[in-house]
This record gives sequence, C-alpha cells and structure tokens, in this order.
Amino acid sequence: MAMEATESRPLGKAIKRKEDPRFIRRQGRYLDDIVLPGMLYMALARSPYAHARIKNIRLDEAYKVLGVKAILTGADLEKMNLSWMPTLAGDRQMVLATGKVLFQYQEVAAVVAETRAAAEDAVQRIEVDYQPLDAVVDPYAAMKPDAPLLREDREQKDNHIFHWEVGDREGTENTLASSPIVVKEFIRMPRVHPAPVEPCGCIADYQKSTGKMTWYVTSQAPHAHRTVLAMVSGLPEHMIHVISPDIGGGFGNKVPVYPGYVCSIVLSLQLGRPVKWIETRTENIATTNFARDYHMTAEIGATEEGIVTGLKVITIADHGAFDAAADPSKFPAGLFSIVTGSYNFPIAFAEVDGVYTNKAPGGVAYRCSFRVTEASFLIERVMNTLALRLNLDPVELRRRNFIQPDQFPYQSPLGWTYDSGNYDLTLDKALELVGYEKLREEQAERRARGELVGIGISTFTEIVGAGPSNTFDILGIKMFDSCEIRIHPTGKAIARLGARHQGQGHETTFAQVIAEELGLTTADVLIEEGDTDTAPYGLGTYASRSTPTAGGAAALAARRIRQKAIQIAAHLLEVSADDVEWNGEKFVTKGLESRGVGMGEVALAAYTNLPQGMEPGLEATYYYDPPNLTFPNGAYIAVVSIDRGTGQVAVERFVAVDDCGTVINPMVVDGQIHGGLTEGFGIAFMQEIAFDEDGNNLAPNFMEYLVPTAVEAPHWETGRTVTPSPHHPIGAKGVGESPNVGSPAAFVNAVVDALSPYGVTNLEIPLFPWKVWNVLREHGLTL
Amino acid sequence: MEHRNANESSLVTVVINGETRQAMTEPRTLLAYFIRENLGMTGTHVGCDTTSCGACTVLMDGVPVKSCTVLAVQADHHALMTVEGLESIGGLHPLQQAFWDNHGLQCGFCTPGMLMTSTALLRDHPEPTETEVRHAISGNLCRCTGYVNIVKAIVNASQKMASEPAEV
Repeated sequence: MAMEATESRPLGKAIKRKEDPRFIRRQGRYLDDIVLPGMLYMALARSPYAHARIKNIRLDEAYKVLGVKAILTGADLEKMNLSWMPTLAGDRQMVLATGKVLFQYQEVAAVVAETRAAAEDAVQRIEVDYQPLDAVVDPYAAMKPDAPLLREDREQKDNHIFHWEVGDREGTENTLASSPIVVKEFIRMPRVHPAPVEPCGCIADYQKSTGKMTWYVTSQAPHAHRTVLAMVSGLPEHMIHVISPDIGGGFGNKVPVYPGYVCSIVLSLQLGRPVKWIETRTENIATTNFARDYHMTAEIGATEEGIVTGLKVITIADHGAFDAAADPSKFPAGLFSIVTGSYNFPIAFAEVDGVYTNKAPGGVAYRCSFRVTEASFLIERVMNTLALRLNLDPVELRRRNFIQPDQFPYQSPLGWTYDSGNYDLTLDKALELVGYEKLREEQAERRARGELVGIGISTFTEIVGAGPSNTFDILGIKMFDSCEIRIHPTGKAIARLGARHQGQGHETTFAQVIAEELGLTTADVLIEEGDTDTAPYGLGTYASRSTPTAGGAAALAARRIRQKAIQIAAHLLEVSADDVEWNGEKFVTKGLESRGVGMGEVALAAYTNLPQGMEPGLEATYYYDPPNLTFPNGAYIAVVSIDRGTGQVAVERFVAVDDCGTVINPMVVDGQIHGGLTEGFGIAFMQEIAFDEDGNNLAPNFMEYLVPTAVEAPHWETGRTVTPSPHHPIGAKGVGESPNVGSPAAFVNAVVDALSPYGVTNLEIPLFPWKVWNVLREHGLTL
Repeated sequence: MEHRNANESSLVTVVINGETRQAMTEPRTLLAYFIRENLGMTGTHVGCDTTSCGACTVLMDGVPVKSCTVLAVQADHHALMTVEGLESIGGLHPLQQAFWDNHGLQCGFCTPGMLMTSTALLRDHPEPTETEVRHAISGNLCRCTGYVNIVKAIVNASQKMASEPAEV
C-alpha cells in the first residue's frame, strides 16, 4: 500500500506522488493551457509531396483572411539567415522550405493570426506550385549510385551522411572465419514514433520593452534549448527565459528543436506579441522526430559448446531528410556499441552508415538511451537464433555466456566499463516467477495437441545516465546535471534540478532522496524543475539520465548541506564538530545517541544562532559529473500463443525482473516498468510508420499508427533484484527505459519459439496478425 | 473579395458541472475548444485530431463523448460534466482518490479523460470486472502507465463506492 509523504526515512518506500493532486483535478498546467494577453496563434502550411521543387508560393488569398497578422516563408527567413537551423547531430535542417521540399508534411510557410481558426483558414489558402521529383524511400536504394540526390545543399553529392565504426573489424572477421558455428540474421527495427498523448508546442513571448524572450515550450531539456536559442537567434542568453510547464509525456519526442518553434520565435520577435503554436496529432507523428529505422545484419560466432567467440554488426540507419538525431555529439549512432549485451564476447565489431531518404528527419531515442533499444533487440534476437542453431535451450545458452559477477567492472570489447550486475541471479528470479521448467512441459503437451505456443527470453543490459564529461556533450556542453537546495529557517526545503520530468515522478522521488539524506520527510521538500531562470543548469530528462545524473546531484547537494549543518549542530550541542556524527536521522554526539539535534533545529540556527564568524544561511548547489554510466539490466520472459485462424498472437504471460540498482520508490519503479513494457509490446506488435513508394506517410495519426489500448495491453508480472551501482551516490541506475529496451526481443523470441519447430528463425516486427498469418500459411499451419 | 471566418457566431448555452454558462462561438467550433477556450476550463485536453485518444472525454447528458468530435452548437442546451466537476466540497471523488492512491497516472495528460470515462462506467456498472474496465477505457489512450494501475484504481474506486454509497 502506498504511503503518505509524511513518512520518515522515505528512501525505498512507496510514497504517494506529490504531483498527483494537481493532475487529478484541473490544475495541471500544460502548454496549451497557458493563455497570455494579446496572444496570437500560428499554423504551418506543409508539403503534400515527399520530394518536389517549389516553383512558386502565392499568399494573396491567405492574407485576405480576417485576423491574419503575418505569413513567413523560407524566402523571408533566408533574408534573416534563418531558413536553415543546425541540428543536434551537426547537420542542418530547413526551417521553412526553400528551393525544394524533402519529406511529406515538411514545413513550407507559417501563418500567424488572431485566432487558431483564422491561422488554419489562411494555411488552406496558401497556394504552392510544386514540381514533383522521384522520392527515395528505401535506405538501401538511397545508397545506389544512380539514386536521386536529395541534399543539393551539401558539398558531398550522394545520400550518405556518416560512417561510424567501433571495435576490431579484421580480428572479428578472422574470429568468425575460424569459428565452428556462425549464425547470421537480418534484423530490422522499423520506423516508429514516440507519440506522447500531448503533442509538441510552444509560446514565444518577446517583450520589446524589456528585450526579454519568455519561451514556454514542451521541452525535456529547457536549459539546452535556451542555449541553442541564444546561439541561433543571437539573443543574449540571460534575456531568454525558458519555461517547460507540465509535460504530457515525452519519450524523446520533446528533446529536439523543431521548425515550428523557430517560426513562432521569429514571429514574436517581429510582432512583439506572444505567439502560440501547438501541433496537431498528424503534425506530431508525421514531422517531429521518429525513432529507430535501423537495418542491421549481425553475425555471431560460437564454439560447438555454445560459447560465443565474436560479434559483427553492419547497419544502415535511415535518418530521413535531415540528420536530426538527438545523440551526444561524439555518438552519431548513439550508444549502439552496447550491442554485445550481457555476454562475454572476446571480440566484436559494429558499423553504422547513416543515409538520407525522403522521410521526416530524426531520429530520437524513443524511451531509450540513444540506440540502446536497437542494440538490445539485435543481440537478444540473434542469441535466440544461435540457440536454435545449437539446439540449446535459450536459457542455457545465456548462462554459458553471461558476464560473471566477479568480472565487474567489466570491460566490453566495444569500449564500455559495465558497473555492476548479477545476471544469473536476475534470470533465476525470472525463471522462478514464471515457473520455467513446468512451462516447457506444458508447452510440449500443448504442441502435441497442435497448439502454437512459444516462450521467449531476453536478458538485456542497458547503458544509461549520459554522461561523464570526458566523453559526453551536446553541442559542446558537458552532460552533467545539477541540484540546488535551500533549507528554510523552519526546516522545510526547496530543491531545483536541471532535469525536467514528464511523468516520471521527480517531484516525489527526488524529494525522497533529499529527505533521506537530511532527516526530513518527502512532504518537507518541494521539488521544482523546468524554469531556467530559477533552476541550475542541467541537460534535461531523456535516456534514463535523471536518476543517474540529477539524482546523484540531489544526494550530493544534500550531503554538502550536511557538511555545514554538522558545524552548526556542534555549536548547538556545545561540542567539537569532530565529536558529532549523522545517525541517519539527526546529528548526535558520538557515543551519546540521546544528545542530538535534527535538521529543523539546525536550520533555524543557520538563520538565528550561528557559530561566531560563520556565513548565515543553509543552502548548497552541486553539479554532478558522473564518473561512469550505469548499466541496468533485466531478465524478461514472454509466453505467447498464436491463433492459427487469424495469426493473432496472444501474450499469455510476461514476467519482467529488473535490476535497476537501489530503488528510490518501488511504486514509481513498477509504474515505469508497466508503461515501458506496454510500449515495447506496441513496438513488437502494432506500431510502425510505413511509407508508400512515393514517400506518402501511411500512418500519420492514431487511426493508422496503432498504439496499445487497455484491451491489447497484456498483464505484466514484475520482480526485482538489487545490484547497486558502485559509483552512483545512492547506488541507483535508472529504470524508465529498460522495459521498452528489453521487451521487444522477448516477444519476438516467443513467437519465433512457437514457430521454430517448423523452421522459422526470424520474423520482422511489427508482428501484425496478417504477417504472422502469412508465415503460418507458408508453413501449412493455417486452419 | 474578403474571406470571412466561416459563418456567423451564435450563442451556445450549456449547463456545465451544474452551472449555466453561455458564450458566442462559430458553428464549426469543437466542443473541446469551446470548453477550454470559451469557458476557460482547461482540465479537458486535446491529444489528437481523429477521435482516437480520448483525452478530451466529457459527459454530455451523462454519456461519455469525445468533445473533439462534437460541435459546440450540438451541446447547446445540454448538460456537460468535466473533470472540474468531480471534486465536491466534501473532497475528492472516489475515483480521483483511487487514481492517486494506486499511482494511476504519470504525466497526467490522459487522466481527465480516463476519470470521465470511468465515472460513467461506475455509474452504469458499479462493480465492473477487470475485463469490463479494460473495454470501457479502450477509447482512452495512455502512453505512460501501461493501464495496469489505471485499471487497479478504477476497480479500487468501485469497491470503495460500493462500501460507502455516495450521499445523493
């Protein structure tokens, strides 16, 4: 049962969330809830073509709509040198199209008007003459020498963006050549979209009298957005105030800067009035950053006994029309090099080539720490193929290859130092929860009756918490995070962090961390995030980085408070500071537990009764540069059956045992796991942004882009092991993305397992019923 | 020729959460925007343009409707209930309390729609099974919770409401 926020020693307890009272009433304050005096509304005209030259744009009819204040085109922005903007990936992206359009729904003109409806009316009256060009949709076709050139603005005259590689190519190839067993599989993770229920939007409010730009924006990284805005616009950074209000889900979608943001800022600067822009759902899915679109070919070498010898991965990454990937600067393929997973590969090699196509730009890490989902899906799927090849139980194959507890800190062949893990223990717990041996017996019985039943395993390792400053930056800014705590005279506290939650529960969980360190309760600590004028600089919330980075900062800022507090406590106890210690709840005289003072008394003294010469006040700020990343892991087991009449897959059971290190709030952790598993289910079975050969987006809204409802979403059984991170201040690792990273492979492995007696080793996601039915038909398994 | 903003506005009168409210609006205005912008009640959210997500669910004459797919003029002289009407002077509605107690929300954006759909469910089916709850809320999308704790909260509220009948 959930506990109240007044509980003492709150770390690890299921404290009810402090943010909920406003959300269950009407008091959430999301972007579109904000109305400013004199506010105008913006809408965007978009291209119906995926690839076309713009011959002419006529605005006369649009200007006739009552209430229209201004219309921007690419030509207008060109005069301001703003028709292109830099992307986080070091490429550039058109704000409003000039010359030609490169994807369907691309931004062509921006209208600002007195009402939302007038802006939309005017958009309908903008006339654009297009000359359609051949569209390039398939990333492999994009790489052919005779492929149409998409990006004429670049010096490089082909559709190749980047080549990235890691590991020992020659050594790995030699190892594979000499390995008695080699399995090879092509694994595609199709294009998907995070699609939070609240779309993206902003209000740019430039006050000519003060020169200050207040920018309300659905931002997972408000400080980074402030700096980007300062760089792009030339506005002085101290005159930019970014406010990220309550956010209706992010999942990576709200990390990048979008053309609509830039247009509303330009229009507010021009007109001196607030300009609001909110996407429609179609605009959200069709134009803001997608995820995945990774096309991977992997080979694993092994001995006859099933000991892995090497891994080679060749990948084509479809980035769409512009490389707008939101990765740390040095990582064009994100953290894909976690692809060796939980296994003790002696050698490995991975390469990724990015290409342009006529699709929306991206991609982002969708509930994922920068391409970790692709990497985990790949290795867990291909390990399944290896188990089939060796005719070995997939559990046994994993056990033979797990990195062992005594190998931590473990140096992976692709360059990571894994912090901790006990993979056998986690797997054991999952096997016990699911009743694995009995399940396999039941499966045999049901198979004998003609049923198609499968059990799928995924024992993944994630890499989160970017990251240490020696490796990680975005546009040069190091990826630390921060916390500032102020203790008020009456012993209550306010803490502000550089992270920005979107449903993760920071207002509760970070209050628990600080309260635990200071002997307060969760109710005593107010958490604020998302306002750049008040919060210390931080890189925001995505990639499961909040707890590893800002959570570390919270604990260490609190300990910094304690360093000063112990001096004050000594003064109050009339002993030397050397004779005072913190017992977890209060300061006590060593050897005399009964003589103690709590944080409340110390706080009051910090303002009323200080030791002579001490600076008044009790506050601290900590910028935490993590020494390493954290490596959450888990063991997931899916049990499925397939309807031979329809190809529909039923998830009969799903057991998820996660190890995310120290748990701050088990209720919140379970909630994160439920949500992530459901998104992983959607990715395995339902969600895909598909295109036709002309580049028309076939799933630009929730009618065609199917996300799970309460009816499809399976029941989840969760469990936990706790292997703390040795380097994190409280041993926590982060958890929000593990279930989305680890679960897709478990589902697919289960469906493959159901069909493996008939020779099936690989299936392409999403596993729509028609696709599965086609496989059944090929193997004579339909009814 | 000058384009006009669709047709002339007309006066729409609704009884919302027991209170009579009026506003001038264009015939094309969707009920969701009428509630949010004309009446200034922002608890009702808009998350899609295809009647798919259910974040805008309100009760019209007691029946859950997606207010993004009802014209404001269609609601003229009808009774509406939104999330703003759930809490009484006596405190939170049992569903609100149960969503809080059971961690039935994360980002909170879908929550008002979930609360309105489940209010109608529990009125018509005071003791729903888990499967009935899942079917009832299948028109409301949540991307955060995986529905587990939403379903738990609704079942929990139904039990509490059964043991402590509301004073009517």
